[in-house]
Amino acid sequence: MFPIVNKQTMAKGTIVRFDISAPKIARKVQAGQFVIIRVHEKGERIPLTVAEADAFIGTITIIFQVVGKTTALMRSLNEGDMIQDVVGPLGKPAETHNHGTVVMVGGGTGVAIIYHVTKAMKEAGNKVIGIIGAREQNMLILEEEMRVLCDELFITTDDGSYGMKGFVTDPLRTLLTERKDINLVYAIGPIIMMKNVCKLTKEFNMRTMVSLNPVMIDGTGMCGGCRVSIDGKTKFCCVDGPDFDGHTVDFDELEKRNSLYLKDEKDSLLFSVH
Amino acid sequence: MLEHDIKTLKNKIYLNIYCPHCQNSLNVADKGKNLLVYKAIYKGEEIQLKLGAYLDNYETETSVPIESGEVLDDLLCPKCNQSLVDNGKHCVECESPVARVTVSAQSRLIPFFHCLKSGCQWHGLSKADERKLKPKVPRQKMPEQDKDLRTHNFQEVPYGYTGELALLEATRCLQCKKPLCVDGCPVNVDIPAFIALVAEEKFDEAAKKIKETNVLPAICGRVCPQESQCEEKCIVGVKDEPVAIGRLERFVADYERNMGLVKVPNIKENLGQKIAVVGSGPAGLTVAADMRSLGYGVTILEASHVTGGVLTYGIPEFRLPKAIVQFEINYLKELGCRFELNHVVGPLTSIEELRQEFDAVFIGIGAGLPVFMNIEGEALGYVYSANEYLTRINLMKAYLFPEYDTPMPRGDKVVVIGGGNVAMDCARNAIRTGSKEVTIVYRRSRNELPARLEEVHHAEEEGIQFRLLTNPIRYIGNSQSRVTALECIKMELGEPDSSGRRRPIPIEGSNFIVECDMAIVAIGTSSNPIIFKTTPDLERNKWGYINVNPETNETSIPLVYAGGDIITGSATVIEAMGAGRIAARDMHKKLSEIRNKK
Repeated sequence: MFPIVNKQTMAKGTIVRFDISAPKIARKVQAGQFVIIRVHEKGERIPLTVAEADAFIGTITIIFQVVGKTTALMRSLNEGDMIQDVVGPLGKPAETHNHGTVVMVGGGTGVAIIYHVTKAMKEAGNKVIGIIGAREQNMLILEEEMRVLCDELFITTDDGSYGMKGFVTDPLRTLLTERKDINLVYAIGPIIMMKNVCKLTKEFNMRTMVSLNPVMIDGTGMCGGCRVSIDGKTKFCCVDGPDFDGHTVDFDELEKRNSLYLKDEKDSLLFSVH
Repeated sequence: MLEHDIKTLKNKIYLNIYCPHCQNSLNVADKGKNLLVYKAIYKGEEIQLKLGAYLDNYETETSVPIESGEVLDDLLCPKCNQSLVDNGKHCVECESPVARVTVSAQSRLIPFFHCLKSGCQWHGLSKADERKLKPKVPRQKMPEQDKDLRTHNFQEVPYGYTGELALLEATRCLQCKKPLCVDGCPVNVDIPAFIALVAEEKFDEAAKKIKETNVLPAICGRVCPQESQCEEKCIVGVKDEPVAIGRLERFVADYERNMGLVKVPNIKENLGQKIAVVGSGPAGLTVAADMRSLGYGVTILEASHVTGGVLTYGIPEFRLPKAIVQFEINYLKELGCRFELNHVVGPLTSIEELRQEFDAVFIGIGAGLPVFMNIEGEALGYVYSANEYLTRINLMKAYLFPEYDTPMPRGDKVVVIGGGNVAMDCARNAIRTGSKEVTIVYRRSRNELPARLEEVHHAEEEGIQFRLLTNPIRYIGNSQSRVTALECIKMELGEPDSSGRRRPIPIEGSNFIVECDMAIVAIGTSSNPIIFKTTPDLERNKWGYINVNPETNETSIPLVYAGGDIITGSATVIEAMGAGRIAARDMHKKLSEIRNKK
């Protein structure tokens, strides 16, 4: 059992941050890696990328958007409550050596993950340019934290309620056009965002890493449920990823695979309401 | 005096000792080629009877002419000269002595008393004769759930033997002096000894006898492929069906458990050395039990949230109830083994770190990475690996969705690709979760199906169809990216390949479509790389399995052992246990040397 030591809600309650006591994982986890969480005895296993870890206190931080039954249930938990299982760290760590100048693009809850990678990038000596986006101002998370880390930070909102109106690809296009010193783009967020970022960077032939979030069960390479097509080859996101070269990813396939259980998800939620 | 049909069978006369009234009889031959000379009393005079060795080869020779139907007054044991006729006992109905010696045509023989003198073990029958005299018992079937009933539930299909059936089956064992069945068992269970105990109705002792070499008899009795191991070598099986060793094993283990007779030995010894076991599947559990019993501290690290490895996530409930798996694991806990769940060795703790903390390490992580065919459309929705399908059901209890949160993959027309036990498991699961039509697609013919015959039978009974000599070449999907059909090609069998089985060859132009709304790929698994990323110096072969010294199962890193599917590729539960035993033996030897040096 893993106790929740700190809880914080963000973005009008649709995004929740947990600090969970998991000392062994906290000592080992690196940016880009994820954990599998099973909330209770009858729960499902879901992957959540670690947003921060404190090896000294022994906590890991996860930031999740409430999208289905399990995340809704998690939101109802409070400090001191227990999570049944936390497994990790899983997946390959992000490539956070010194690339030179990197652009870190985060959208929605993806900002939580890009934050962890950004921190590691900064520590590795990179010059870091950040772009974070959300639907509207209230949905934007970790702005202050990113501002501290980034040498430059751009903010976009879909409705223009804060920062620039538009998508994260807008400032990215400007950057790629005007700046010649950029070595790598890292993009984490909704599939559609990552797909568009990759489409753009492909034009500039700019290497782009993305972090994928397919449906997973065990997260240790056993079930094959998280398979993604990378350069036409089947890869398992949990052991071969979750980070891949974005230009090799079949995003359309991923999108379809991720929507397979939408009806089940609804049934499951209805069941829990009754 | 009874009337006898005085017949000379093959011109030979047989001698029986029996009560003329109740006809309990004693045959008086003994084995060995030489004639045995009996002293007999006939009409008050001592005569000699010479009898041959075999039942159908009797010779009679007496010093006085006697005829069929005549009665001898007494007959003496050729070894100790004690009378074989008990004149003190009389038949309650006719008052004649219980045993008289009558010259008769051999008709009906029931094995009967020993020489009356205590200590003289002689009795009138050779073992071979005894066997011939036994009424022939056919291999006993296990009672099982009706097929129409069981396709609607997840309860175990066979109920197991009753005590009576087990006793009957146990009489079929020949108690061979050089039992081949024991060689056929990867952990060399003393099979004749345990069956002898069953025959004596000492079921509890029989279970303990098995446990001397096999820590998981209730599991092995259910899932071992006995027909290609112990039972394949059984001598009874040469002319008849072999003794049902597996069913007896299952019976005694269940008896012991259900009657609450399992005793946890109190392990006093603490050697001060401790080992780590990576993976709580059959190989790991065997090492843990063996080493703990010897007095080592044992910690088992399991990546999943439930222990048991393939026994838990792979084999379905209706073939191996999870309560039994957990019972066996609880036994290990009571032995003093420590279990740590959710511990993924590799990323969380490297082998090197384990080596620093523990005196030795055993890697029994199985071969869990599912294999796909790499054909078009494999990423379509509702195309599953057998691992995912079974994990959802067995581990995550998806069949209880939405009470449990993991969604259950369902389809009306389900295709399972592959012909092994896992394919049968998937197909039978699909039937149980309401699929209307379940088809197994296998590229070779029925003879080559790697699944156990018993499983194939069960599958057929439950209405699963087989499309043999058929290979899928692509999946076809709809606009929602859900699979709708499988394009297949017909195969024919060519020359035998390296596995000895005839190689399937596609027949050009024979393509056809099999409609389906769900497909499960059950064509095998391979080595999971997760542990090796942090231990690059662990030597592996070209298939990614760990290289070990076959004598000791030690890997390229000293005091790090491996066993089970991770050294062999997909194999059986009992083979994994055998590999664990080899590792435990050497581990004990090396750790003892280290201990004694100190």
